[in-house]
Amino acid sequence: MLVLADANLRLDANAIDYIELAFYFVLVLGIGYLARRQVSSSLDFFLSGRSLPAWVTGLAFISANLGAVEVMGMSANGAQYGLPTFHYFWIGAIPAMLFLGIVMMPFYYGSKVRSVPEFMRRRFGKPAHLVNGISFASAQILIAGANLFLLASVVNLLLGWPLWVSIIIAAAIVLSYTALGGLSAAIYNEVLQFFVIVIALVPLTIIGLVKVGGWQGLVDKVTNSPGGTAQLHSWPGDNLTGFGNNILSILGIVFGLGFVLSFGYWTTNFVEVQRAMASKSMSAARRTPIIGAFPKMLVPFIVIIPGMIAAVTVSEYVKDKQVLLDGGTAESGVTFNNALLLLMRDLLPNGMLGIAIAGLLASFMAGMAANLSSFNTVFTYDIWQTYVKKDKPDHYYLSLGRVVTSAGTILAIGTAFIASNSGNILNYLQDLFSFFNAPLFATFILGMFWKRMTPHAGWSGLVLGTASAVTVWGLSQAGVIGLSGQGTSFVAAGTAFVVDIAVSVVVSLATKPKPDEELVGLVYSLTPKETRQHDTTGENAGWYRKPGLLAGIVLILTIALNAIF
Amino acid sequence: MATESGTQPKKAGAFDIRLIIALLIGVYGVILTVMGIGFTSAEEIAKAANVNINLWAGLGMLVVAALFIVWAVVRPLVVPAEPESADTPPAAGE
Repeated sequence: MLVLADANLRLDANAIDYIELAFYFVLVLGIGYLARRQVSSSLDFFLSGRSLPAWVTGLAFISANLGAVEVMGMSANGAQYGLPTFHYFWIGAIPAMLFLGIVMMPFYYGSKVRSVPEFMRRRFGKPAHLVNGISFASAQILIAGANLFLLASVVNLLLGWPLWVSIIIAAAIVLSYTALGGLSAAIYNEVLQFFVIVIALVPLTIIGLVKVGGWQGLVDKVTNSPGGTAQLHSWPGDNLTGFGNNILSILGIVFGLGFVLSFGYWTTNFVEVQRAMASKSMSAARRTPIIGAFPKMLVPFIVIIPGMIAAVTVSEYVKDKQVLLDGGTAESGVTFNNALLLLMRDLLPNGMLGIAIAGLLASFMAGMAANLSSFNTVFTYDIWQTYVKKDKPDHYYLSLGRVVTSAGTILAIGTAFIASNSGNILNYLQDLFSFFNAPLFATFILGMFWKRMTPHAGWSGLVLGTASAVTVWGLSQAGVIGLSGQGTSFVAAGTAFVVDIAVSVVVSLATKPKPDEELVGLVYSLTPKETRQHDTTGENAGWYRKPGLLAGIVLILTIALNAIF
Repeated sequence: MATESGTQPKKAGAFDIRLIIALLIGVYGVILTVMGIGFTSAEEIAKAANVNINLWAGLGMLVVAALFIVWAVVRPLVVPAEPESADTPPAAGE
């Protein structure tokens, strides 16, 4: 993003816009203060005392993922690839979210573990736990730093503030509410953030559509622009995967993106699972990802469509879209990552502009808060309490949590400054960290359904699975495997999944499994049916609170959307 | 009830996030509506595809804010004293 400094992205924000922005931050800090009064134990701080209603955790569930990387990245993909970007939502998220709610949540919530790595420890013992805990904690710091750096560079582009000013201010705000109110403050702010993003992007999408002459106008304009009709159908999505063959492309999307990558991300990433763990009952925990799936289905319409509109209306893209599609550099200095910002610049008057900026900043900060609030939990419970200081009173871990949150913020600021000096390092590292998820999912799913799987299989599958993904990625970077687009990560993740399963099975057959009684509540066949089921009385009664039925509705709607687009 | 968690009374949720959402969207709605009626220049309207987006978005936000207030009033937040018991009254949005 640094090379873009000469692109003309400066917005004419005036006093009204700044007042709107300031009002948002006052409420953000206010939520931190209010949530602070409810924190009296470490469980309150790290898991909101397992007390939140399902609609709150459900919105937080998708909000934690709807960071600015997602909002700006997906509108960039919309500008570059068009409708095939929908796959990231409908294929790459919804099925995995339903699977988490229906199949996996009973084990996560029912076993009363406080984190995903803790589940790992109970199921596979310490080596697998350490691998998982440390890789997760370091990934969170890195991603928090990436969020911070991107926020600062966007503020720099839009408003002209120096990078370090926005890095420090944003970090201070996020730190004050997460350290005060813990996970509750983070979650409530995620809910607020969700609505700010929606009220910022819905009007932008609507006037964008008016400008291009409605849906038909957009279709005509995209057809006549570089990229053409391939951008108007989500399938087969060759332009997205980079596979030159329809069948391979569909397979790549379904198995690479839809199965391995997305199941890995949504079902084992503690940032997400933590939100469900914070809900107040098994029923609410299972509904969390399923309720989140409803807005998740619709978010692409206010993210991808503006990207596509930008690509055919913003003068810089009209001039240079072909150059950018060919991988060149536009004369004006813009890239597809600027799509949303350019559309805001072109369409929004003062007033609406301030809300749009608030929405963008909200998404950066909520993303970072989500990283910090899961980092402090894993560090405190899984690393410190498990390996360093075991039997301290609860208030010790509560205050440690606050200290760890502050330390995490300082590390993230450091990461952000490193990134501002050497931009690409961050991209590479994020690629690498994304490879931890695919083998993790393989290990989890095998471990949940195959009681014979042994502790040694747990860690060796993870290590070798990750190593194989890194190898595929490295070969691709070196040009040995010729794949472009997103194809590389699909193949790398797929390889990791297969290698993990193969290694786990072989090692399991050669080593000694844990005794059955230690696996109760963790493995399907050893968990009594009643503890896997949720209560259906009182506030969990009613057809509209049945996880299975809700999941069915989501599935039907998703299939319908895929058929239409 | 084997699936319920925790034994201590929980207070998280004692402030109502729906009212904070309503406050934010409501204030934004008022600002935008006023801007749309009196302070959005013809030039700015032309820029936004001849739509007075401040006015329309402002009115839309006022409606959304009102809906959140109605929801919060109709289904008020109840802090369960004993989260253990199965007959806990419904909480926000449940």
